Amino acid sequence: MSEPLLRISDLKTHFQTKGAGLFGEKKVIKAVDGVSFDIAPGEVLSLVGESGCGKSTVGRTLTHLEKATSGTAQFEGQDFLAMAPAEFRPLRREIQMIFQDPFASLNPRLKIEQTLGEPLFIHGLCKTWDEARTKIAAILETVGMDPIVMTRHPHEFSGGQRQRIGIARVMILKPKLVIADEAVSALDVSIQAQVLNLIKKLQRDSGVSMLFISHDLGVVRHISDRVAVMFGGRIVEIGDKHQIFETPQHAYTRKLLGSIPRVTIGREVA
Amino acid sequence: MTASTRGSKTTLRGSDHMALLEVENLEIAVSARGKLLPVVQDISFSVDDNETLGIVGESGCGKSLTSLAIMGLLGGTTVRINGGSIRFDGMDLLTLPEKDRRAIMGNRMAMIFQEPMTSLNPVYRIGDQIIENLRQHQSISNSAARDRVVELLTLVRIPNPSERIDSFPHQMSGGQRQRVMIAMALSCEPKLLIADEPTTALDVTVQKEVLDLMADLQKRMGTAIVLISHDLGVIAETCDKVAVMYRGRVAEAASTADLFAELAHPYTRGLLNSIPVVDRDVEWLEAIPGRVPTLEENLTGCAFHPRCALATELCASNVPATTEFKPGHSVQCHFAGKVAS
Repeated sequence: MSEPLLRISDLKTHFQTKGAGLFGEKKVIKAVDGVSFDIAPGEVLSLVGESGCGKSTVGRTLTHLEKATSGTAQFEGQDFLAMAPAEFRPLRREIQMIFQDPFASLNPRLKIEQTLGEPLFIHGLCKTWDEARTKIAAILETVGMDPIVMTRHPHEFSGGQRQRIGIARVMILKPKLVIADEAVSALDVSIQAQVLNLIKKLQRDSGVSMLFISHDLGVVRHISDRVAVMFGGRIVEIGDKHQIFETPQHAYTRKLLGSIPRVTIGREVA
Repeated sequence: MTASTRGSKTTLRGSDHMALLEVENLEIAVSARGKLLPVVQDISFSVDDNETLGIVGESGCGKSLTSLAIMGLLGGTTVRINGGSIRFDGMDLLTLPEKDRRAIMGNRMAMIFQEPMTSLNPVYRIGDQIIENLRQHQSISNSAARDRVVELLTLVRIPNPSERIDSFPHQMSGGQRQRVMIAMALSCEPKLLIADEPTTALDVTVQKEVLDLMADLQKRMGTAIVLISHDLGVIAETCDKVAVMYRGRVAEAASTADLFAELAHPYTRGLLNSIPVVDRDVEWLEAIPGRVPTLEENLTGCAFHPRCALATELCASNVPATTEFKPGHSVQCHFAGKVAS
């Protein structure tokens, strides 16, 4: 087997909370408590679980938005969890994140071309605005938008279009790993389907690896190669998506799958 | 999974029998930038005792405004009920004097809101909030009301109800808070319960518990329920009949069994095909192209025509009439039942 792109070993992220009152006892919340998994190049791994299971904290720890308590995370063999910000910066281009809320994740005061162009300059991927605009036009076409929109501001777009822009901002850097945290959860179903198809197509075309974090098991089945089910800060079951969905082993996975309301088409009884 | 779709032989617009709640030709408009924009147009449905009606649709389809209109919660100057009638137990709610209306709300008609986090008052104990509602509508002593609340909390399966009655909302989980909301709504044993996305903010395992609880309570008390949801799965598993809304109109309505037996409106089919399912692999989802038109967009003809594969010039110029596709299964489409080739 080839080297994994990402290898997480025994990752722990704990938070200190202030206790009640001045002399209240401090508590430790073990949001992520010993998580290990690999992602191969070009593979999509989903983290699925309910609120508070720690799935988002895993994604936020891997992008240095939270500090890991212990454990290692290797990207192409290099441990990056303990890196200083300056040291981590080149890796930021390779590890990109798509956020949940398309209304909060775009700067309302920047034009789309500024939002998409800024990372290009920061990472030294282009030198002039002409160069940048060519790239921006191309990426907007890729995500299904007219390049003419680059001079507009976020408020002129619907939720689905904003999420497309968020995806463009990530893909324009040609990352090797994309972490998508509930990337389609805020969208209406008919729009969600469009964006989900787009993410799947971009992933296939570019061969980018993905850590797809979601609470929605239908979405997870649609997008992933492998699935890890999280509960209480740990992975309770991990495997190929067919194994997880068709022959779930862990009681919690079975409970999750059994809780989803389903639609049956056609007559059950004639 | 089998046995998901519920539903007996019921029709959406009933016979001569007067249903508990009858909404007829309801029209709601909002005024924005000096213009009056229609948000709900010509909506009719009815619900009877022991029956659950599901209203399903995406953001902006008018489902929540419809529920707020029934509850009389559309106030202010921007949203206006422009026509139609809402009859509850024979009374016209739209012309009912304010005093009589207040006697019904929270008493014989109650509502559960989507956000269990924001619909409870954070500075009062949950017990006191339920007692307040009880004493508003019934002449009951404080201690008797307190006993009744413990009963209610037991009913909605809050553990240690005699202790939790003194909890503040922040001391409870989201699922527990939603159960407290249900207990409050049920406190006066309403004949009609309106639930607007009651489980949307909850995890799936908790959602199942809350939906099971509502069904169980309906069985016991014979409550009529209007369940508003964006989730076709929730609707299929809990409702007797369904109205699918798109941009302010009822696109398709039937008993749950009939609706899912044969989806007649292209929007309903599109909505269903958009949902990624857990039980089988689908390579690409059949997404509905485009997006829901905004209120400002002045559309002629069928509101769905710009996104519809079946649309012709007729659809662009004429609003389709509501027709009976099958007995008890009404559809608002020029090409009801046709599938794109």
